[in-house]
Amino acid sequence: MANAIELVGITKRFPGVIANDNVNLTVEMGEIHAVCGENGAGKSTLMKILYGMQAPDEGRIMVNDIEVKLTSPSDAIELGIGMVHQHFMLADQLTVMENVILGSEPMKRGIIDLAGARRHLTEVSESYGLTVDLDDLVETLEVGERQRVEIIKVLYRGADVLILDEPTAVLVPQEVEELFHNMRDLKAAGTSIIFIDHKLDEVLEIADTITVIRQGHTVATVKPGDVTAHELAELMIGSELPSPQTTASTVTDEVALTIDGLTVLDIDDRAVVDNVSLRVHRGEIVGVAGVEGNGQTELINAIVGTEPQSSGTITLFDNDISLASVAARRGLGLAYVPQDRHQEGLLLAAPLWENAALGHHTRPPFAKGIWFDREGARARTEQIRAAFDVRTPNVDVPALALSGGNQQKLIIGKEMISDPKLFIAAHPTRGIDVGAQAAVWQDIRDARAAGLATLLISADLDELIGLSDTIVVMLRGRLVAILDPAEITPRDLGAYMTGVAVQQGAA
Amino acid sequence: MKVPSLRRLGFALAAPAMAVAVALVVSSIVLVISGSNPLAAYSDMINNASKLETSIDILNRATPLYISGVAAAIGFRMNLFNIGVEGQYLLAAFFASVAGGAVNLPPIIHVSMVLLVAMAVGAAWSGLAGVLKVTRGVNEVISTIMLNFIATGGIIAGLIVVWQDNTGQVNSGTTPIPKSGRMPDLNSWVEIFTREIGKGRRLTGVLLIAIVVGVAYHLFIDRSRLGYEFRASGYNPFAARAGGIAPKNMVLWAMFLSGAIAGLVGMVEVLSDSYRYDQSFVRGLGFQGIAVALLGRNTPLGIIVAALLFGFLDASAGTLQVSGSASREIVVIMQATILLAAVVAYEVVNRLRQKDEAKTASALLAGSAS
Repeated sequence: MANAIELVGITKRFPGVIANDNVNLTVEMGEIHAVCGENGAGKSTLMKILYGMQAPDEGRIMVNDIEVKLTSPSDAIELGIGMVHQHFMLADQLTVMENVILGSEPMKRGIIDLAGARRHLTEVSESYGLTVDLDDLVETLEVGERQRVEIIKVLYRGADVLILDEPTAVLVPQEVEELFHNMRDLKAAGTSIIFIDHKLDEVLEIADTITVIRQGHTVATVKPGDVTAHELAELMIGSELPSPQTTASTVTDEVALTIDGLTVLDIDDRAVVDNVSLRVHRGEIVGVAGVEGNGQTELINAIVGTEPQSSGTITLFDNDISLASVAARRGLGLAYVPQDRHQEGLLLAAPLWENAALGHHTRPPFAKGIWFDREGARARTEQIRAAFDVRTPNVDVPALALSGGNQQKLIIGKEMISDPKLFIAAHPTRGIDVGAQAAVWQDIRDARAAGLATLLISADLDELIGLSDTIVVMLRGRLVAILDPAEITPRDLGAYMTGVAVQQGAA
Repeated sequence: MKVPSLRRLGFALAAPAMAVAVALVVSSIVLVISGSNPLAAYSDMINNASKLETSIDILNRATPLYISGVAAAIGFRMNLFNIGVEGQYLLAAFFASVAGGAVNLPPIIHVSMVLLVAMAVGAAWSGLAGVLKVTRGVNEVISTIMLNFIATGGIIAGLIVVWQDNTGQVNSGTTPIPKSGRMPDLNSWVEIFTREIGKGRRLTGVLLIAIVVGVAYHLFIDRSRLGYEFRASGYNPFAARAGGIAPKNMVLWAMFLSGAIAGLVGMVEVLSDSYRYDQSFVRGLGFQGIAVALLGRNTPLGIIVAALLFGFLDASAGTLQVSGSASREIVVIMQATILLAAVVAYEVVNRLRQKDEAKTASALLAGSAS
């Protein structure tokens, strides 16, 4: 059979890392080809190269057995390669149809040919079995539907090779099944699909061929029938998978964080956090589960103090911190690992010791009266580097020179080393490699054993179930279930997260 | 550590050197096109600068440029664009002249009073833009530009008629500040180094204030807690906020401090030159300060170099005209190309430096791991 895509000897270097090192990938026509590997293994870079977003330093790209040179995504689209990004790129205020034709509107005598577009679009979505109402506003759609819109958008532009970048990351299990169903239909219609994933059961279920990438190298290309999930995991990480299991319960009776009737309104006065009440005890990890965008971010922001609440109280031990400043809350022992370390966690261009000071700069060893204590800051950063295994040549390099995992270890280290009383961790292991992930889990477990109260927000359901003592589920701003992680599977959790299952009397 | 710090120095010097080189090439082309000999023009400029009186000229011009540069830099360090230094210093100079001319106080107290009035007026005028931004979300670029017009075209134009010293001069202005409120010149210090006479030039005493401003700026931005909060907000306002640095407070502090320093820009004229605010009061220093701050990368030392360079070019304008080797406008072209080239060169060098740092970091790590 002919090859739809062939990548030969692709090498791509970034400052400080080799993202792809002599990577080879062959995708046959009409197959579903999974590219898997850990976070940071180089999958996304490879896809960006294939989609023309980045130029490889070395190597050749062949489409339909003809060598091509891609300088921009429009080149790729021209060749029938379409990409659905992990983060959707849709205009909320437009309808599905308007979103799909945006940027390639069919014109008839200088005006947009809406009727023609609708005909074409209906044809496309019907022939691939992708159902979605063309006149719905995108903002009213569920995540799975938005993803379908993205796929239709790509097909509408004539793609016969589809790249899906971690399509299941934002979906709950039920939506994943629907996506897989769509993918099989697309395949039957002759479309080749490359999809990126690191969830092994999903990969084994849907893929025809699997290429495993580890640390920028292609380690193997296998058929799902020939490997077990266990073997695939070993290929991906090169050793046994670590697990996030916690040990015996260390939950105490002492309540650290009390939230009562907390409501946060968005800019349109809609309640994004709706009358939430929650307790976190010393030595307890409370996990917050929820499909992204159901109020978890706003809940954290209200607790940390970066977003104003409209009603309710937040109490840290005996202090009512509902109206306190971020600095005051931190002074009372609140530590915070933000969900996006580049956006909220780091001063990328500043040296590590200035980063370590952030949030602690008003207290020794970072402060000496009104002065910033540079020596104290350096010494403390050295301490963090040693205690949390932050791999860096010295503490004077800028934060951007560190890999994602080491950046995250620095953030967790700077928050943990100051003996906090309440730890808010938002997606603490997102986008970091397995080694760093295991280290972060161990840090959180150690802190729990030492009596720290932790609120953990994560999209990784295994992480939530493995680490938490209690799991609460957020749906449309409300707490809809309180669950015991010992008795729940990711599938059941998914059912609560989407509202398919409802717990009596939880809200 | 020797080698990395040498590298860092190399990177720090590469950008300004590139900028000056580009400016020389561009200016030479312009000079040739306009029929002048670039080499003659440059040698005139350099010969002239080595004369004592020109050196004093350069320092006198560089002093307000430096203060103005620091005022702009305070805002830039946290991504606030105080375009209003111009209006702030003019308004401050105006009120300080009026206040200084209205009283008779013992020397040191009189000068201090003038300085304090200037800083307070500058801070208040700039703070107004800060308050507008924090409470109503008004972009500081827009508000400070508008406040510039209100200050010069509104308040000063309106009040100078009321407060002018009506002695029948063509160039009307406020009552001159009496002797006790003037800053002595530093010519006696110049004589320590050279017996040459400065040909009627007087080295401004405000140079000392500029030095104090520079030291204070360094201690503040690089050594103090508040300075750290400034820089953190500039690097990443979201991370700073999550770290407990209240963004609104930072905006207010930045605008107040920037305005207070801006208030001192006009003091060379008020305390050591004309001793009053008149129709020909020197303008444009606020905008030049923005250029100086950009060229000096907002660092205390960098701004000194930039201010001296601009001072030198300003002083050369007159020389070129007198010697006839080129028209004086070439100086403006040079200032503009240096600035433009500097902005580009800094960005280029910055990217190279980041790449180099990341590479060194991973190389060092690889070395230590094996």
